[in-house]
Parts: sequence; structure tokens; C-alpha cells
Amino acid sequence: MRKNQKPKLAVWKFASCDGCQLSLLNCTDELPALVERVEIAHFLEASRAVVKGPYDLSLVEGSITTPQDLKRIQQVRRASKVLITIGACATAGGIQALRNFKDVKEFVSIVYARPDYIETLETSTPIADHVPVDFELRGCPIDKRQLLEVIVALLNGRRPNVPAHSVCIECKLKGNVCVMVAHGTPCLGPVTHAGCGAICPSYDRGCYGCFGPKETPNTAALSRGWSRLGAGEREIMQVFRGVNAHAEAFRKESEKHEKRND
Amino acid sequence: MPRRFAKKVKSMKNGTIKVGGLARVEGEGGLYLKIKGGTVVDVRLEIFEPPRFFEALLRGRSFSEAPDITARICGICPVAYQMSAVHAMEDAFGIEVGGPLRALRRLIYCGEWIESHALHVVMLHAPDFLGYPDGFKMAKDHPGVVERGLRLKEAGNEIIALLGGREVHPINVRVGGFYKVPTKRELAPLSERLKWARDAALELVRWTAVLPFPEFEQDYEFVSLRHPFEYPFNEGRLVSNRGLTISTRDYENEFIEEQVPHSHAMHSRFKNRARLPDGQGGYLVGPMARYSLNFDRLSPLAQEAARSAGLSPVCRNPFRSVVVRSVEILYACDEALRIIGGYEMPETPAVPVRPRAGTGAGCTEAPRGILYHRYRVDENGIIQEAKIVPPTSQNQAMIESDLRRFVQSNIGLSKEELGLRCEQTIRNYDPCISCATHFLRLHYESE
Repeated sequence: MRKNQKPKLAVWKFASCDGCQLSLLNCTDELPALVERVEIAHFLEASRAVVKGPYDLSLVEGSITTPQDLKRIQQVRRASKVLITIGACATAGGIQALRNFKDVKEFVSIVYARPDYIETLETSTPIADHVPVDFELRGCPIDKRQLLEVIVALLNGRRPNVPAHSVCIECKLKGNVCVMVAHGTPCLGPVTHAGCGAICPSYDRGCYGCFGPKETPNTAALSRGWSRLGAGEREIMQVFRGVNAHAEAFRKESEKHEKRND
Repeated sequence: MPRRFAKKVKSMKNGTIKVGGLARVEGEGGLYLKIKGGTVVDVRLEIFEPPRFFEALLRGRSFSEAPDITARICGICPVAYQMSAVHAMEDAFGIEVGGPLRALRRLIYCGEWIESHALHVVMLHAPDFLGYPDGFKMAKDHPGVVERGLRLKEAGNEIIALLGGREVHPINVRVGGFYKVPTKRELAPLSERLKWARDAALELVRWTAVLPFPEFEQDYEFVSLRHPFEYPFNEGRLVSNRGLTISTRDYENEFIEEQVPHSHAMHSRFKNRARLPDGQGGYLVGPMARYSLNFDRLSPLAQEAARSAGLSPVCRNPFRSVVVRSVEILYACDEALRIIGGYEMPETPAVPVRPRAGTGAGCTEAPRGILYHRYRVDENGIIQEAKIVPPTSQNQAMIESDLRRFVQSNIGLSKEELGLRCEQTIRNYDPCISCATHFLRLHYESE
């Protein structure tokens, strides 16, 4: 980091909904302090002022889906000392990675009358498939407290404290009754990465996996649990095929059930 | 130093304005504008936001997933997507959701209007009027204004987080109602913050009222929902100031989406093109349309604030949309307080849902204007076909038309000033490019 100068923060957007960047603007109490500590050097959603790189910290939202973005992510990486991906799109390809299981040409023709005007890749892929990533922050959307933790940690040269255990741990810490055991509601909590604060079970619904797979997820055992609660192969396939469909553990599990459903 | 309004330097007879990477909008886009012999010959709102094919990826998914999947179209207005999705599904299944569940839907929508409008008014739009590149720099000279704006946004977020579980992509909305509904006691604490927010919104209306506005009255066809006695959120007929009055189910009979080569977003138009003064069939949706068609449905407090701010019951100057949005924040705070005051917890969090084969349409008022969803589902509620028309697609033709007229009447401005004013003209619409791509970059090129 340059001596006596504020570190430069950049925010980059690829294929996404803008929700993860918005999480930064949702940090009402912390935003003024952050702006004191860092220079917002590139954040198009919030500012037309663009400061040239290199950047000390880049936050990347979105997945790679176009030929132009393949090149742009390389430029972003070259201009960034530390690169963090924020959200399910940037870390797993996002909901738009559902195209990876289909023929994208068919997708284009369903949505657009003139497919020839549209330039797109056959797949939606995470940033780490293309460039080295220093830290991946999960979630669809990310949790703003975790985002602040990551920014503060990396600016201070320490490792972010972002546990990779399951949503179940958060549920127990909150004192929730298990929706799967007590209510028979199918839940992805046992295989899903913590971070949201176990929101869905706290609202009487099963987790649908928006933080992606936890460390060492036993997806097969959970699928058997879902079957026992009466979920069909199609339902199990689709729950793994959500906003983190392209994350390896979820992808493989959904493919198993797709075959059985055929 | 803040940049002030209009200084004439070298007039622009020939040339091209290009803005690449338009800032303070949601999503990726740009502007291309060509001037020849002092006349605007080409205006294009270019949208490079990568397409994500939502209408295609919804096929084969369950009706129950539509609110969660379509929320991912936009991180700024996920509630709008969830609302249009659940109403469309309920239309297909012949379900009516009334009483406190209906009131809670209106309440979470109030939260989204407050959150989305406060962000746009203070952080994205106001810097244009006062000559700052962003809200952060504006905060150095106007710390109280920016802090009040962020606190207002937070008040909206609190409503969404309480009813929806979290601010972005809430998890509690389902076809038929909610997964869990709050008790009267859980809802009550929102009132204190909202009373502060209502006062803050009133101050915001007064603050925006005195911003410098260019003279730019346009003859728009406004389109919005209209409800027999409410300012519209979830329900009503689609009406215009030129005599349109249709059921939301007839949306596609009246409007058509077209693809243009320079954009990944669709352009929506009236099928009957002759309706518009320029014969193009464009129309305007969003706060100005809602306000101008429903002024009589605003609460007395919001009406009075609008009048005091110098707004007549019809607003035709898109630069004044910043005042209209502030009036809508005020209304949404007022309405949220009314809903909370009258809330009684329903017996069940949702009405029973039994899927059946059919087609359903839903149209609700997203912060940026009407958002239309239509689904065809089979007897198991599996989606066979989906159609989604976001507000920004519908406004694109009007944005281009505004740009053409604004540049034509301000051709004497310097290149730099003209470029900045073009950006502001676009931001009048609070365009959401992420939504419209299924949307903007300004390049400047001299010949």
C-alpha cells in the first residue's frame, strides 16, 4: 500500500443484479467511516468519478457470460492488488448459470426475436475460473456485515473471519427449532454455507441454498432426507439447481437426480 | 468545487457524444448521440448489460419458485419482482389474497419505494443538480442531506428486512401470502422510525423543490395503475392520460416489446403507434406517471407537500421527477404508518394454493414504474412460458426522445456540459439496466 495515502477501493460489475454492490450502500452507519479510510476509486453504481488504477482492493460482482467480459476480467485482475469476489454470481456463476445445463442458443431464441443482435457465451462461469481470486464472499445476496469484515480484514492484512460451516450452526445459535425435524419441511441448511444468519428457517421455511455449498457438504445424505420427506427427484434436482447451480457440490448432486428423473 | 448549471462555450454543430459506462444507474449501459449541421440525427441508449435469459430459465420451474428466481433480476427492486410474480400466479390459479395479507404486501412495497427512491434522490440524482460526481463528495458539503437520505433508505430497508427477512432478495414472500407473518407487537417498533422518516421525507421534498431545474416540459403519455381508492402499488387498472383504461390482463394486447440492434434490452411501445406525438408509440411509466394520474389518491399530507414544493397535480418536466420521488417517499412513509396502525395478525400466513393449468398476468408498480409478468403453467404448476416486461424497457423510447429534444434545444452548450446534461436526462428516469436486460454508455466522438 502506498505510504500516507488512502487505499483505493474499486467495485466492478459483470453479469449480475447489482444487489451485492448495493449491500455496500446499505451500510448506513459504516459508510461514512469507510469513505474516510479508503478512496472510492471506481464504483459506477455510485459515482461518475473514476480514478485510475492500480487498485488496492477490488470487489467483483457478477459472472462471466460474454466475450468482452472474458477480456475485461483480465484487465481488472491486472489492475488489482487484492481481488475479492462478492456474491453467488461471481463465486459460482449465479442464477444465470442455469444456461450451463441447456443449449444457450435455445435460451437466446426464447427471449429475443433477433438472436443475431445478442452476443453471449454458452456458459455463465465464476470469476475464479478465469483469474486468481484472493477471497470469495458467498451469498445471494452477500451479507453486509460479512462484506465489512472482509474489507476491514484485507485492508489490515489479516485473514477475514468468515466461517465455512453450515447454516445449521447458525440456526442452533439462534435457538431455532429445526424446520426439517420438527415440521418436516425440506431444508438445504445442512449442506449450505453459513453467513445469512439462518434467515429462511427463522421464517418457517426451508433454506434454499443461496450461500452455496459449505465445506465438505454431504449432499447425498441430505437428498435421502428430502426423499424421506416426500420430495421427488425433480424437486431435489431443482433445489440444488438454484442461484448456486454451478457450484461443484450442488451441480453434481443435481445431475445425479436429473439422471434418475429421466 | 461544485459544477454549476449551463455555461455556454463552443456550440456544437457537428459531432458525436458517446458516454461509455454510464454512472449512478443500476447496470451497464451507455449513450450514443450524433449531431450533424446543428441537428440531432441519431440517439441510442446502448445497453451492454449481459443478458441473463430469465424468461428462458423459468421454464420447467415450479410456480412456487417464481418469486425467488425473478427477485434475482434486480437487487434494487426485488420486492417488485416478487409482487408481480405472486399476483400473476394467483391470477392463474384463481386465488384472491385480501385482508391483512394484502396490507402486508402493500407495506413491504412501501419499504421498497422508500429504499429505492431515497437512494436515487440523494445518492444518484441530486449530485447532478449540485455538480458533484457522487453522493460521497456531495456529503463533504452537504453532510446532513446525505445522512438524512441514507437514514431514510435505512427506514425502508427495515420494513423489508422485518417482513422479508433481509433487504436484498427477501425470502418471506410466497404465492398466497407469506411464510411467516409478524405479530402486532413485532410490527409496532417500525412506527417510531417511520414517524422520523415521514418528517425527514417532508424535509427532503422541501430540499429538492429548490434545486435548479431546466425548462423542459414534455407532452408525455403517462401509463400507470389506477385503483378505485388507493395510490397504486399492487392492484388497479392500467390507465393513461390519453384515454387508455384496460385490465392488466390486456397488457399485451395494447403494448409490444421490440428488439433494437444497439441494445440488450427490449423497447416497449403501444402497438398502435399513432398514439404518440412523434408517432413512435412510446409512453412513460414511473413516479411522474403515477403521480400525474393518481394525485387525487395521495394522502392529504403528500398532496399538501407536493403543492408547497411548487408541483401542480400533473408534472411534465422529467428533471422534477426528483421532487415527485420525494413526494412518493413521503406518501409511502405515511401509508406504512397507516397500515401498521390498523394491522391485525392474520390467522394463517398464506391462503391455500392449489395449482391448475392456465395463464396468469400480474402488473404492479415497481419504484421505476409498471412491471408486468405473465406465466403459463401446467396442471402441476410447472412454468411452461414466462414473459416479464420491466419498467426501464418501457421507458427507453421516452429516454431517447427526451435526449433528442434536450440536446436539440441546448445545442449551444459545450461538449462537456452537454454530455453531463445528457447523463442527467437519463438519470431522470432512475433507469435500472439490470432489469431492462433481458439496458447504458455515453461516448463523445468528433467528426
